[in-house]
Amino acid sequence: MATIHLDGKPCAARSGTNLLQACLEAGADLPYFCWHPELGSVGACRQCAVRQFSGPEDKTGRIVMACMTPVTDGALLSINDAEAREFRENVIEWMMVNHPHDCPVCEEGGECHLQDMTAMTGHNKRRYRFTKRTHTSQNLGPFVKHEMNRCIACYRCVRFYHDYAGGEDLAVFASHDNVYFGRATDGTLENAFSGNLAEICPTGVFTDKPFSAAYSRKWDLSGAPSVCVHCATGCNIIVNARQDTVRRVLNRYNGEVNRYALCDLGRFGYGFVNAPTRIRAPLRVISEQQTPIPAQDALTRFARMAADGPVIGIGSSRASLETNFSLRALVGPDRFSTGQTRQEQTCTDCALSLLRAHPGAIPTLHDMESADAVLVLGEDVSATAPRLGLALRQSVRQPSFHAADAAKVPRWMDAAVRTLGAECPSALFIATPAPTELDSIARETVRTAPDNIARLGFAIAHRINPAAPPVPDMPDTDAAQADRIAATLVAAGKPLIVSGMQYGSPALMQAAASIASALATQNPAAGLSLVLPDCNSMGLTILGGLTLEDVLEKAATGEIATLVIAENDLSRRLDPSSLTKLKNDVPNIVLIDHTLTPLSRDAALVLPATPFTECTGTLVSQEGRIQRFFPAITPAAPVQAAWRWVRMLAEQISTNDETLPDRNPATDLRTWTRVDDVTAALSRACPALAEAINAAPNADYRADNQKIRSEPARASGRTVIRSHISVRDQPPPQNPDTPFSNSMEGAYSPDLPAALIPFFQVPSWNSGQSLTRFQQEIGGAMRGGDPGIRLFATPSDSPPEPPRTPDIPAAFTPRDDEMLLLPEGRLFGPEELSALSPSVAARSAADAPTLSLPAGTPYPPRMTLHLSDGPHDLATRPVTNLPDGIALCPPHMVMRAFAFPRTARLSPVTSAAAVTPGYAAPGHATPVTPSPLTPAPVTPIPVTPASGPTASVTPRRDRP
Amino acid sequence: MSTADHPLPDDLQAEILALARAEPHPRSACVAALQRVQSRYRWISTHHLRDVARLLDMSPDDLDGIATCFNLLFRKPVGRHVILLCDSISCWIMGRDHLCDHLCRTLAIRPGETTEDGAITLLPTVCLGHCDHAPAMLVDDTLCGDVDLPMLARLTDTLTEEPPP
Amino acid sequence: MSPSDRPLTAMIDASAAPPDCTAYEKAGGWQATRKALKTCTPDDIIEIVTQSKLRGRGGAGFGTGQKWSFVPKKPASEQRKYLIANADEMEPGTFKDRLLLEGNPLQLIEGMLLAAYAIQASHGIVFLRGEYHLARRRLEQAIEDARHNGWLGENILGAGFSFDIHMHAGAGRYICGEETALLTALEGRRATPRSKPPFPQTGGLWGAPSVVNNVETLCNLPHIVTNGARWFLSLGTGADGGTKLYGVSGRVRRPGAWELPIGTPMREIIENHAAGMQPGYTLRAFLPGGASTAFLDATALDVAMDYSSVEKAGSRLGTGLAIILDDRTCPVGMLHNLEHFFAQESCGWCTPCRDGLPWVARLLAAIEDGTGESDDIEQLRRHTKMLGTPGRTFCAHAPGAMAPLASGLKLFRDDFAAHITGHGCPMRHAA
Ligand SMILES: Cc1cc2nc3c(=O)[nH]c(=O)nc-3n(C[C@H](O)[C@H](O)[C@H](O)COP(=O)(O)O)c2cc1C
Ligand code: SF4
Ligand code: FES
Repeated sequence: MATIHLDGKPCAARSGTNLLQACLEAGADLPYFCWHPELGSVGACRQCAVRQFSGPEDKTGRIVMACMTPVTDGALLSINDAEAREFRENVIEWMMVNHPHDCPVCEEGGECHLQDMTAMTGHNKRRYRFTKRTHTSQNLGPFVKHEMNRCIACYRCVRFYHDYAGGEDLAVFASHDNVYFGRATDGTLENAFSGNLAEICPTGVFTDKPFSAAYSRKWDLSGAPSVCVHCATGCNIIVNARQDTVRRVLNRYNGEVNRYALCDLGRFGYGFVNAPTRIRAPLRVISEQQTPIPAQDALTRFARMAADGPVIGIGSSRASLETNFSLRALVGPDRFSTGQTRQEQTCTDCALSLLRAHPGAIPTLHDMESADAVLVLGEDVSATAPRLGLALRQSVRQPSFHAADAAKVPRWMDAAVRTLGAECPSALFIATPAPTELDSIARETVRTAPDNIARLGFAIAHRINPAAPPVPDMPDTDAAQADRIAATLVAAGKPLIVSGMQYGSPALMQAAASIASALATQNPAAGLSLVLPDCNSMGLTILGGLTLEDVLEKAATGEIATLVIAENDLSRRLDPSSLTKLKNDVPNIVLIDHTLTPLSRDAALVLPATPFTECTGTLVSQEGRIQRFFPAITPAAPVQAAWRWVRMLAEQISTNDETLPDRNPATDLRTWTRVDDVTAALSRACPALAEAINAAPNADYRADNQKIRSEPARASGRTVIRSHISVRDQPPPQNPDTPFSNSMEGAYSPDLPAALIPFFQVPSWNSGQSLTRFQQEIGGAMRGGDPGIRLFATPSDSPPEPPRTPDIPAAFTPRDDEMLLLPEGRLFGPEELSALSPSVAARSAADAPTLSLPAGTPYPPRMTLHLSDGPHDLATRPVTNLPDGIALCPPHMVMRAFAFPRTARLSPVTSAAAVTPGYAAPGHATPVTPSPLTPAPVTPIPVTPASGPTASVTPRRDRP
Repeated sequence: MSTADHPLPDDLQAEILALARAEPHPRSACVAALQRVQSRYRWISTHHLRDVARLLDMSPDDLDGIATCFNLLFRKPVGRHVILLCDSISCWIMGRDHLCDHLCRTLAIRPGETTEDGAITLLPTVCLGHCDHAPAMLVDDTLCGDVDLPMLARLTDTLTEEPPP
Repeated sequence: MSPSDRPLTAMIDASAAPPDCTAYEKAGGWQATRKALKTCTPDDIIEIVTQSKLRGRGGAGFGTGQKWSFVPKKPASEQRKYLIANADEMEPGTFKDRLLLEGNPLQLIEGMLLAAYAIQASHGIVFLRGEYHLARRRLEQAIEDARHNGWLGENILGAGFSFDIHMHAGAGRYICGEETALLTALEGRRATPRSKPPFPQTGGLWGAPSVVNNVETLCNLPHIVTNGARWFLSLGTGADGGTKLYGVSGRVRRPGAWELPIGTPMREIIENHAAGMQPGYTLRAFLPGGASTAFLDATALDVAMDYSSVEKAGSRLGTGLAIILDDRTCPVGMLHNLEHFFAQESCGWCTPCRDGLPWVARLLAAIEDGTGESDDIEQLRRHTKMLGTPGRTFCAHAPGAMAPLASGLKLFRDDFAAHITGHGCPMRHAA
């Protein structure tokens, strides 16, 4: 800690930071634009000018940019200095020279950093009297709206999009006062983090396009702290709603997880909650049509069904712990299925036990950013856990930080650090069957089949710890590669191994864990991260239950009279014949879900549940972080949280059947009235999830004896917006499941527990930039601590498991007659809920499902893929370096139920083959021609069983 | 389809690759590569820009951002001859505005435009380092000093009379 | 190389092709290289150059030896380092480097070789202005010639030092002359300056130690190494050592550039070398060293044109090539021309420069066109205050732009007033 003197007042400042950060942390109002806590300083906007004095004798001092000046102990500076203020006011005036002053029609209005800073500098009179320069804006696709005239040229957009997120299609064009930020031509922004531009851009150039179409001022939006449900990473979000619709999703800073950025799936995937596919009333089939019925009618029907015989419950990895646990309480643990296939469950169980047993670190996303050697073993994280991919992208910057340290250049001097790091080698290794987005920053990539990747992993583990079993029949080149990777990992201070279950292979995860634990014997910082598929895969796995195959078996033997399925679309997991058989074997199917799925057509009863935006719930992310989401909308009856339906079902049965399972009053679901009761019961019933109740303060939480307000202080139009119905003020909805007021009345301060912050705003700072006031230190933890409770934070102290000989798979052999079919790494489209979001659907529509095949072999432009639901006629896409014998297709987009790996036959297209419905047949597939400077692809050599795995290796171009 | 829509010919591609290989990073060669394209086609079409970007392992957007920041890389077609008439201080003192007006009148264009017959593009340029012979201009690759009206007349005559290739 | 009172231009004959390797050697070339590579350590060279008090001729006037001393001392074989010749000469009114490049490119090559040896860089780059076509051809030929004769390449003179030169032709951006923007441009990025630290000497091109020196600076080196620091110091008239290329453009009888002892007063340059003003024109003021230096009036004609004297007089030596404002040229028009140039050439990176300079240029255009308002002078003055001090803008471009304006607003106050009250330019611009 250092002391700086700010206008004569001593303030504590963190050494190693810059004066701008120090001023902001001291609570001072100092305007800035180009600086961003995650992007560092570049000194472009010149807005943060202060006067610095060299010592007490120095009466003149000089104007410096606070963001470019390191904190030194005893530094003397003045924000209030007249000349510094005048300069800052001038800077704003220059920025506004060409600005359109269109605040009334600007989406940023009311939460605009430029507005805030303009007011802060006191600029209020326009002196420029000449015509403004104008630009034309571009159509950047379904997510991001562009209004270039509002640009103040702070360069944040390109620094985020290009430098930070690795996007290639946004650049700065032209020069002087004509600089233009956009794409070379109109078109969809391709990077998966494009939506962050809306938050990164301090004015209204880049805005959230779907929000723009359903626009509301920030002060008219109510916010709810929430957790993203589109993958298992557990990014924290704010859901903004007005009236009964969700208007947008914003990033909610969690210093350990998503920090400042969210992927586009998380930002734009929410659209399903407003979609016509929502279930708004109980339904039952009347004359072959699902027809709305009164809730009581539905419940009575259920009671009759339950009388028919055993009830089995099927939970879901996309549903909260509360939903799953309530269902388990209804049917009893023995009759509860996780709703996962056996293969899925084997993988998730395996992941759970590997993480529990890992003697090293289970890193958070933020930890991963500082890993100095990373091996990604058989997972395309950019598709399955995009935010994690973004964290790995930052990890390759570690060497440049070390170079900066050596050159005594502070790490936040962004441009300088990038210059110094220009030649620093990356320590990221990627072993995947198909190319991934991170390949371009990897030192080496390995292209081979999952089994071979697992073998490589076991070989690396053996190199690091000879006690780990050797891999038989390794070819020399692979052994040499294993040596290289092992050496880098061993030399690293904070190595990290990432794997996952994308390819359905426990062996891959075992191999990853075995490397990580081999490293951990020498280095406790060695981390292991395993990517799971769904937002609550981890929670569900800890809860445990039967697999879907178990359910099928029970159904086949007539052991099931009624199936209650909560938030699970079995048609995505069971192939059509199994599903048909299940439907035939089970007399009564009851579905509790928020969204119509193919399965709901056949259910005897459908009960309308709430999506994550309308209820409170708890999820466990893949890193074992238990987190709570809160509702942005209080649903109107009959829609209610799934657990409430389950409780009602329980009440129904208990009135006519005294022999139901679980009469234990402590866990009797009929006594639950609020969500906190469910979570508390869960915590008691399931020791591994005992902390669930503490994931966030409960609904009784009060600040200053008040609920927390969900809206900024000036919410307007509560009556006006309903004026076509009635001008009487409506009381805000009361929700027993939250500590929020659902109105602008209530308590709010930066000191609230971080899990309960519904929006970011402090006096003078109306935009998201106000976040700095909510953090203990800029870029550090939230004031109330980062949200969530970590299950695996401390390495297991249980004695290491006796070394188990892992099942090292045999080397992969391509087959003549069939291809090994693996999932294509695709972000938009495969995920169930986001696919129903109109903006995501529009984004993925541009990219029809194709069949990716090795570029080495010539394939016709279309081929027929034979799957268990029949033939699919698909355009083919050649993929460079894809190993022989492997084909890729996007999960769930060709055949709805899709588990990988599987083998499939390909044949030339015959006219009879069905075109995969829903997609326009694309023209000829154009191969992406790589630069001739990229080393010629090494054609994978077909592997014969005797020679062991052979990987095609693309070392990163190393130039002298 | 104009030549600007054809892929870059092999020899030019080879030349650009050679430039790239001579640099520690291919992108260092980007200005040189674009200059090669321009010296052959007189301007850099979007099609050619994309080709160069691919050869240099850059994104077209990235490369275009660089191309558009430089004054002498033309992203729009120019005439068969380009007159860069210095508009910096010494030439201005020595009467370049007068010459420019005259040129515009005889060619019936404004600075930045190309004559209707596609023969001449007139562009203002930064000091050509020929201030001791101001006013100065660069006609294609040839530096001319002490420019006066008779010299301009001779020049426009030869340039416009020359048959198009 | 024989000591002469004009070493830089001794071999230059404007009417003939530049000397080839043989002619160059015969006239004394390569002596310095022999001496340096055979008998001196790199530190010896740095020491000689420091002693000679050679200051950078690119405009900023930083001590060359001192600049080199910040480069890490590792031998060239152990660390990649760059020596870069700044031949981007784009400062309006400046035409000295072209003279050296076209007249004797081997001198530059030898200068680069010596500098590279001193800092132990094996990679040389000439960042040449794209418009300098003749210079480019001659330089390319000279590089070939030097390579062919073993003066460039591996193990030069068998002394174990290797060095080669690569040419980069710019594509037209004044800011590329600024040394850090030059590095960014060489990396194939948009030409925007970089912040320091890291200084180029430790983290320059691609993060490697790099030195950027002006062409004229480098051309002095062979002579300094051959003849010694004392000799060099004795060439100058005041505190600074050596000769300087001075030049004059505008309404003088014989515009041109001449190599003269550093410190020669402007009156002597104009009267003895440029043959005085053209008949009918009198000198009103002059920019002593390019567009980004402040105006001096006739009272400063006897100031010694060395770094500190010109500074004392209120301007900068800059490039040493003066632009004369005569009594028949409108100073407001001249300032408009200058500021329009600076506005157009702003890279667009920092706000004050990007959006302040065009404002200035528009104000000047309005005043010149007769639509000026009385407050405009205040607006201009505000800009000179806000943009003029280094450190407020990202680089020295905007302060450079403000130098002529700030001085002009004072010197030509009456002209501004006349434009505004008379709604237009009272002076018809002389054609
Ligand atoms: C806007 C700007 C333009 C410049 N242009 C040039 C130039 O064209 N040529 C040059 O040699 N130096 C130029 N300089 C100075 C260089 O930044 C640098 O100081 C010089 O090349 C160093 O060489 P020296 O030490 O030998 O003078 C310019 C500086 C600025 C701020
Ligand atoms: S578009 Fe936005 S982020 Fe980009 S430079 Fe302009 S104001 Fe900054
Ligand atoms: S925030 Fe400091 S210069 Fe932009």
